[in-house]
Amino acid sequence: MIPAAFDYYRPKDMGGVIALLQEHGDDARVMAGGHSLIPMMKLRMAEIAHLIDLQDVAGLDGITVEGGRITLGAMVTQHQIIDSAALLAAAPILREAALQIADPQVRYMGTVGGNVANGDPGNDMPGLMQCLDATFTLVGPDGSREVAARSFYHAAYMTDRDDSEVLTSVSFAAPRGGYAYEKQKRKIGDYATAAAAVQIEKNGDVCASASIAMTNLSDTPVWSKAASAALVGTTVDDAAIAAAVAAMQADIEPVEDNRGPAAFKRHAAATVLTRAIRRAWDRA
Amino acid sequence: MPKKMHIELTVNGKSHEFLAEPRELLIHTLRERLNLTGPHIGCETSHCGACTVIVNGKSVKSCTMFVAQANGADLTTIEGLGTPDAPHVLQTAFREHHGLQCGFCTPGMITRASKLLEENPNPTEEEIRFGMAGNLCRCTGYQNIVKSILAAASELNAAKEAAE
Ligand SMILES: Cc1cc2nc3c(=O)[nH]c(=O)nc-3n(C[C@H](O)[C@H](O)[C@H](O)COP(=O)(O)OP(=O)(O)OC[C@H]3O[C@@H](n4cnc5c(N)ncnc54)[C@H](O)[C@@H]3O)c2cc1C
Ligand code: FES
Ligand code: FES
Repeated sequence: MIPAAFDYYRPKDMGGVIALLQEHGDDARVMAGGHSLIPMMKLRMAEIAHLIDLQDVAGLDGITVEGGRITLGAMVTQHQIIDSAALLAAAPILREAALQIADPQVRYMGTVGGNVANGDPGNDMPGLMQCLDATFTLVGPDGSREVAARSFYHAAYMTDRDDSEVLTSVSFAAPRGGYAYEKQKRKIGDYATAAAAVQIEKNGDVCASASIAMTNLSDTPVWSKAASAALVGTTVDDAAIAAAVAAMQADIEPVEDNRGPAAFKRHAAATVLTRAIRRAWDRA
Repeated sequence: MPKKMHIELTVNGKSHEFLAEPRELLIHTLRERLNLTGPHIGCETSHCGACTVIVNGKSVKSCTMFVAQANGADLTTIEGLGTPDAPHVLQTAFREHHGLQCGFCTPGMITRASKLLEENPNPTEEEIRFGMAGNLCRCTGYQNIVKSILAAASELNAAKEAAE
């Protein structure tokens, strides 16, 4: 399990990263924690001639909660998310989701930037970021731009990011109301068979707003506008939940793989979404 | 020949300098170059935790890190935690509570557990199971591993209290 040879770079600033990406084009790739990339390189499913390690690049590592907005630098790890008291207070769904990713060792290395930029439908943060309506900041040779998480994913491993761009941060408005991240997996450390991210706001007895996103049930994460809308104005009773689940089913396209046939995944999707809605509503 | 780079590592308090290809995996550096054969290769695919070492204060699967990434880092392996004459509290606890059978997973288990107890000196059984989830054991059924870590935690806490 030895990867193909590569040249290794560890630039100290973003200018250095962009210059290397421009110089080497398709042959260069950035690496954050390496816990998706290195396994692919060991299997020779990725051969990268020029590997640019982001670990020393300044300005990618902060967690800020300010004026109702939360910003995570791309190199913030899942372990740091779990450990952050400020995040737990401002957006507890992040900790609930991060605790369900991989295992302790992987979480010390895996970063939010790597997780959302990777484009693997199995990653948990992309769906979570769509639920939160997050914005990704990308920096490239022509400066920086922002892309909504909900329009970032085109297909498996195909995202809106250009090869010469680096994702520098993820930001979103502090969510309000109840939340839940519910994931069905074969064993601890496994990617999702199905997962649901839910945020719900309550007004009296009635649902004022809802946001629902699903993971590993299509070749991209799925933010289901129809499922979210099915809850609004209801008391989130059994009928409303069933309507949301039915709407979600129309938006996903699971395919058979080693986690099971498509029909089983639809069953798991319905179960995780029902549980997530109930838990989020209880907390709202 | 692929290009080699100059690497500096501090492992168990000792510094090492050598030339290596950046693609060399840290587990191979430790076992084959530095002769530290405590960290084991179980799966080589980031799943079993037998290769766990501490890199700059993080529990890391050393089969999933390039030596180039670790350049400049401070590492601890099982060899740095204790010796046969002066074993670490966890090593003694694993022996007393039958926390091992074949012993293959044990260096990774103990190295990971040492970090877990540093971050959480009073873990519940559930917290131990969750915090050790990246380490697999094919022999023990985990029961006695959990017991060993609980015993080591109370031992360490008692020693701390006695010192105060
Ligand atoms: C055993 C195991 C279990 C796992 N289980 C889960 C799981 O349950 N859920 C889950 O979500 N993940 C899981 N992961 C993946 C883990 O969370 C990864 O660490 C994460 O997906 C990628 O983060 P990274 O920092 O390691 O990225 P890397 O591996 O370094 O990079 C991944 C990809 O993103 C690109 N990239 C990285 N950073 C940037 C950036 N800032 N800008 C642009 N491109 C970038 C890289 O070029 C590469 O193509 C698991 C991994 C392992 C080894
Ligand atoms: S050998 Fe590294 S995790 Fe199994
Ligand atoms: S003691 Fe044999 S694998 Fe754990």
